[in-house]
Amino acid sequence: MKLKTTLVAAAAATAFSVGAHAATLDDVKAKGFIQCGVSTGLAGFAFTDSDGNWDGFDVVFCRATAAAVFGDPNAIKFTPTTGKTRFTALASGEIDVLYRNTTWTLSRDVDLKFSFLGVNYYDGQGFMIRKDMGVSSASELDGATVCIQTGTTTELNLADFFRANNMSYEPVPIETNAEAQQKYLANACDVYTTDASGLAATRATFEDPENHVILPEIISKEPLGPLVRHGDNAWGDIVRWVLNALIIAEEKGITAANVDSMASADTKDPEIKRLLGVEGNYGEMLGLSADWAVHAIKTGGNYGEIFEKHIGENTAIGLARGLNQLWTKGGILYAPPFR
Amino acid sequence: MSSTGQPPPEPFRVSQLLYDTRYRSYTIQIFALAVIMLAFAWAIDNAVRNLEALGKDIDFGFIFETSAYDINQHLLDYDSTSTHGRAALVGIINTILVAIMGCITATVIGVLAGVLRLSRNWVVARLMTVYIETVRNIPVLIWILFTVAIVNEVLPGVRSFRGEDAMSGLFFDSVFITNRGFYIPAPVFEAGSAAVVAVLLLSVAAAWYFGRWARARQAATGQILPVFWVRLAILAIPVLLAFFAMGSPVSLEVPALKGFNFKGGIYMRDSLIGLWLALSVYTGAFIAEIVRAGILAISKGQTEAAYALGIRPGRTMSLVVLPQALRVIVPPLISQFLNLTKNSSLAIAVGYMDATGTLGGITLNQTGREMECILLLMAFYLAASLTISAGMNAYNRSVRLKER
Repeated sequence: MKLKTTLVAAAAATAFSVGAHAATLDDVKAKGFIQCGVSTGLAGFAFTDSDGNWDGFDVVFCRATAAAVFGDPNAIKFTPTTGKTRFTALASGEIDVLYRNTTWTLSRDVDLKFSFLGVNYYDGQGFMIRKDMGVSSASELDGATVCIQTGTTTELNLADFFRANNMSYEPVPIETNAEAQQKYLANACDVYTTDASGLAATRATFEDPENHVILPEIISKEPLGPLVRHGDNAWGDIVRWVLNALIIAEEKGITAANVDSMASADTKDPEIKRLLGVEGNYGEMLGLSADWAVHAIKTGGNYGEIFEKHIGENTAIGLARGLNQLWTKGGILYAPPFR
Repeated sequence: MSSTGQPPPEPFRVSQLLYDTRYRSYTIQIFALAVIMLAFAWAIDNAVRNLEALGKDIDFGFIFETSAYDINQHLLDYDSTSTHGRAALVGIINTILVAIMGCITATVIGVLAGVLRLSRNWVVARLMTVYIETVRNIPVLIWILFTVAIVNEVLPGVRSFRGEDAMSGLFFDSVFITNRGFYIPAPVFEAGSAAVVAVLLLSVAAAWYFGRWARARQAATGQILPVFWVRLAILAIPVLLAFFAMGSPVSLEVPALKGFNFKGGIYMRDSLIGLWLALSVYTGAFIAEIVRAGILAISKGQTEAAYALGIRPGRTMSLVVLPQALRVIVPPLISQFLNLTKNSSLAIAVGYMDATGTLGGITLNQTGREMECILLLMAFYLAASLTISAGMNAYNRSVRLKER
């Protein structure tokens, strides 16, 4: 009798754990919140504020997705992941979407069975070094001790870069950004390498940011974006179009402040009408309410607002828009048409 | 007349399986076995089905693909064009290196601390109690992080050895202790050094043989020879003669500051030193308790008998008590060596590239073959543990009480 119960429970557990991956959108709607994987702590991108609430560039995109699905940016649970644990967390269903400065590569897309849904930050790998070392170019780094975060594209790029330039180096693999920072500051490594945005974010937390320089060489392309599991198309579409909606919102000048008036007022632009759910049934197509984009934009504003608030030039991190400027303004940020 | 013959054996009834103590244990065992096998079958089936749901198969082909990452400490030839299999091998050798170094120092620390904890000197005994109780009651991961943090934060940086008022190295500027690790001179073997090495090996053999001969002579005649001095002479004189005769073919390569780091010599990384020290000190505390228990297990009469024969306390310990105590010490010591080897998998916390760091870390992450990597890793640790266990059990058989 007892054995039978156990077996039934075991069989049910098996069936459930397999079925769990079938339709994330249904699962998400059933449990009433989104599980979002973010970084363990990277200034500007994902961090907890003094009240313990998650905030940052990547975090706002997660919240906007929650707002689009549930109308509530707080219907979300954050899971901090390291470079090493993030893919396992996503593949096992512990998180529904990963927004963690993750580079879109072929092998991750194809072999690791994930779907990348766009790019929310165009980045590239750089090097940070103390100013008084007198190094002005990455080609002078022969023999240097380099701290790297393990489990990232960074260590592969680094190996390629030093091999291509016929230089030697001493890699020091580190699990998290915080430990790497401690090693770098203790002078246990000469150079710290990661995505240039991450370097700027890390430098902003130093006591003496002015004594560290980021070398001019960017040695790789790092398109960072959200990803979900393969075959999760309905759910992936939502994550993709929330990101696109925020980019289109910037293009059309829709901000957190004016989104309500834009939605109600007699706007001429049909694309704005479609985006904000005044015209057409685009929300229904996605399986969401008509005003999903209004909720998403209200969360933290459009792409430009999110950028300026968390990592822009007026913040401690001080990143220029650069490639991440809209295509109309000289960048490569470009969303497909909303129709 | 009543019959006194045996009653005819009762036929076997099914209820006996439950109520007859002769059969009940079999019933329980068969039932338990069935449950365990069902649990395994479920786990395997679950893994296979989940992998299928993710669209993954089990494929070890990645072992032969290019790894594309670098490993800082590699005792084999390795670079980013080598295969994942070679990266795993490099990691395995790093694990073995730190495990062997750790086992040796942990044993030395453990034996010293264990003996000293029994010392009649109150301060020494209490100090050892404090060491043992503090160290073994704090998790080993904390100790590893702590020692590496000390190396990184307290020791001078490489740059302190440069510039105007530069620090100089120890031992005539040849050993450099920095927060990136220790740089020590390395021997360089030039042409003709083979002869010197051959003479050295012969001397070692001769010294060992002399020791045996002297012991046999002492047993036979009671005469004691100055074994230590003779051995020293056998070891040193021929080697020195050969060394100068061949024109000093072995030299020391002293590390020198070039560019960002010291070049030349042997480089012991901060992560290796931190991990090695932490594992030795931690496991040493456990070994100390084992040694103490072993010594206390030897009857006091043995010590008293040795004293009565006029043997000094130090020799009593090393010649009478410890050899007998070894019989009690060795079996639990095996499990401490196993613990140390398995604990070395925490190395990734400080960036030491052991098997967990390469095969179970970067390779796993870059190839996405979690199942395969973890299975290989488990196979390696199992094989390593069983090897240690087999070796130590063989040693245990050689020291245990010979029953004739």
